[in-house]
Amino acid sequence: MKVAKHTFDAVIVGAGGAGLRAALQLAEAGLRTAVLTKVFPTRSHTVAAQGGVAASLGNSTPDHWHWHMYDTVKGSDWLGDQDAIEFMCRKANEVVIELEHFGMPFDRTDEGKIYQRPFGGHSMNYGEAPVMRSCAAADRTGHAMLHALYQRNVRARTHFSVEWMALDLIRDSEGHVLGVTALELETGEVAIFHAKATIFATGGAGRIYHSSTNAFINTGDGLGMAARAGIPLEDMEFWQFHPTGVAGAGVLITEGVRGEGGILRNCNGERFMERYAPNLKDLASRDVVSRAMVTEINEGRGCGPNKDYVLLDITHLSPEIIMKRLPGIREIAIQFAGVDPIKEPIPVVPTCHYMMGGIPTNYKGQVVMPKDGNPNVPVPGLYAAGECACASVHGANRLGTNSLLDLLVFGKASAETAVADIKSGNLTLRELPKDAAEMSLSRIARLENQKEGEPVADVLLELQRTMQNHAGVFRFKDKLEEGVQKILAVDERVRRTAIRDHSKVWNTARMEALELENLIEVAKATMISAAARKEPRGAHVRDDCPDTPEFPNGRNDKEWLKHTLWFRDGNRLEYKPVNLEPLNPDTQPIALAKRTY
Amino acid sequence: MTRVVQFRIYRYDPDKDQKPYMQDISVEIEPTDKKLLQALVRVKAKDDSLSFRRSCREGVCGSDAMNINGKNGLACLTDIDSLTQPIVLRPLPGLPVIRDLIVDMTQFFKQYHSITPYLVNDDPPPERERLQTPEEREELNGVYECILCACCSTSCPSFWWNPDKFVGPAGLLNAYRFIADTRDTATNQRLDDLNDPYRLFRCHTIMNCVDVCPKHLNPTKAIGKIKELMVSRAV
Repeated sequence: MKVAKHTFDAVIVGAGGAGLRAALQLAEAGLRTAVLTKVFPTRSHTVAAQGGVAASLGNSTPDHWHWHMYDTVKGSDWLGDQDAIEFMCRKANEVVIELEHFGMPFDRTDEGKIYQRPFGGHSMNYGEAPVMRSCAAADRTGHAMLHALYQRNVRARTHFSVEWMALDLIRDSEGHVLGVTALELETGEVAIFHAKATIFATGGAGRIYHSSTNAFINTGDGLGMAARAGIPLEDMEFWQFHPTGVAGAGVLITEGVRGEGGILRNCNGERFMERYAPNLKDLASRDVVSRAMVTEINEGRGCGPNKDYVLLDITHLSPEIIMKRLPGIREIAIQFAGVDPIKEPIPVVPTCHYMMGGIPTNYKGQVVMPKDGNPNVPVPGLYAAGECACASVHGANRLGTNSLLDLLVFGKASAETAVADIKSGNLTLRELPKDAAEMSLSRIARLENQKEGEPVADVLLELQRTMQNHAGVFRFKDKLEEGVQKILAVDERVRRTAIRDHSKVWNTARMEALELENLIEVAKATMISAAARKEPRGAHVRDDCPDTPEFPNGRNDKEWLKHTLWFRDGNRLEYKPVNLEPLNPDTQPIALAKRTY
Repeated sequence: MTRVVQFRIYRYDPDKDQKPYMQDISVEIEPTDKKLLQALVRVKAKDDSLSFRRSCREGVCGSDAMNINGKNGLACLTDIDSLTQPIVLRPLPGLPVIRDLIVDMTQFFKQYHSITPYLVNDDPPPERERLQTPEEREELNGVYECILCACCSTSCPSFWWNPDKFVGPAGLLNAYRFIADTRDTATNQRLDDLNDPYRLFRCHTIMNCVDVCPKHLNPTKAIGKIKELMVSRAV
């Protein structure tokens, strides 16, 4: 197969929030940049974010970035790196105000400022009371943000390669990243995008679970590419189960519903969160609420004929507030739950939502990996931002509204670092290895020639069921160990999938087969990292670790206050320390403590 | 209980087909399959060569617009039970077909890009947000929510006839989104640009756009407001 070659200063993979924010920075710096995206930019999954973006603007209640930092570190169960968290919380006001200047249609307060609502785990004065920190455009914040960022890129004349799927990372023998190979969906052509800098903004991989709020496109493409290129994946055992996915459908109902006053109830009509989180109640952080919901269901207090969900109740709110602040949620409830939430509560269950782990980076957006005893050596030429990256600002559990903030702050920071590295001459266009496209071409050739084999849909279903049953909200030693064996067996099956469609034009069967090869890397990393971590922390909940004074909530800081690194080669695990030092020496670190809400 | 759904689907693969044809295919669905997209995913598991775009499956990304029993809509928001069978699926009308249910949306996006689809305000930005009252912000409701699915423009006879010259309902709705935004300072230029026999005035208020919009938006109303502003500016 003939392989065309395109040369740029920088190539960005992904055009969701992080990719578009990075693209803007590079376009405005005057660098020749290509943005590769599997879908038209406004179809990226940032579009589905609902509740808001965090910033301590203090428009409605007093607020401070250090309170936000405290909430984020505590929310992360102390697994987040405090330098990156400080960086993000201090940058929040700047990037949100910038977005407003770009045209983002935020809701407004009576004074005309950006409207802010309360959100789970966000508090005033170090946990005292809920704070209004989530900057929102009704319950369509992600849509408003993604469109505003795309529009600003139209203004900046950013070059997009739309409906191109990146296939593999190109690294030379010294480990420098030289770009990617990619497949044009419309023609089936493979091309090399040769660049000085490569920024991954490929989003999440929630499709490893059977029940997920994530879009079909969230297949962890960046993580698969990184893993195949020898780059480890960090903290992959930590997956967020959002408390309120529509029961059965998996579609997201924003936490903003509880921010506006929504209440979770069991079959007795009880507001059960009062027992689990006496202070923040329904607005405790997501891992705490999801765990409480599953406990209620497991103890027989679920709702419905099978007692397998709980109810999210907003019938006590005025229809005007619902129509003004939560119009999209009402649509979703009518469409996917068959109930009008003005009159009836919505059936909800915890649903896979967000990947806290990802490609390891520092707070500047540089991808880092261990080398010569230093765990955080930058991989020259490679940057990552947004959900695919692990900075790590979310640690073991992300707070709602911190993901939209993450992609703005680190989308911008990664591009700024790349611009500096290019302009200083740190990065140059290095010579491509002769076999630069070899791995991608052989993957495609295998699919072309595989005559006997399993359908992609069957293997995907087995992968998703295995993850759902063995690495869910509550985790058990035996189930995890069994899960590792099962997922390794699925890995073997992924290598033998066969497709019947061999057309060159818009071959979605081929695309889905290639996506499955990315999903399996994410699934292996998750299951193997989870089986190894023998403590509960944040979203990784083990049943075999009781709450004692030495081990608060079962957490074991002596042995497990460390980041996991999974390497694809041999499924090897390494660990690296958590950074408990803030970025600036004057900043008060957030000391280890027991997590209660 | 599983049940069977009957489809007639437009098929065309330029790599092997001389011309398009309609394929009859039936598929078993599960009780949890409520939406057309879920049934289509099952069709694809049976015949992996069927090509269509899809992503969020909840009506916000705008990928899976198609012509369903003669009316444009999103597969992910369409109830299977609301449709008579066989369910006839065709690509969005009026745009070139690339393959099966996938159309070439170049012309549609070209029109969107033609309306200066970004906030224009060359005043130096303040340190904090630009202020806007809740009432001023209210003007953007029913306008900013467009998902660029193209259901409206590809159901508009004026757009079928002049896709290169008529901006179309989606583009005009988005043009009004910026005209209505008190932070935007280019209202006059925007109105000048649209004051053209084709760009705006090919809209004959047929209102197919309103009928099909999966987000319940009203491009005809936005077009009417643009026309009103042109008139009030002239007097």
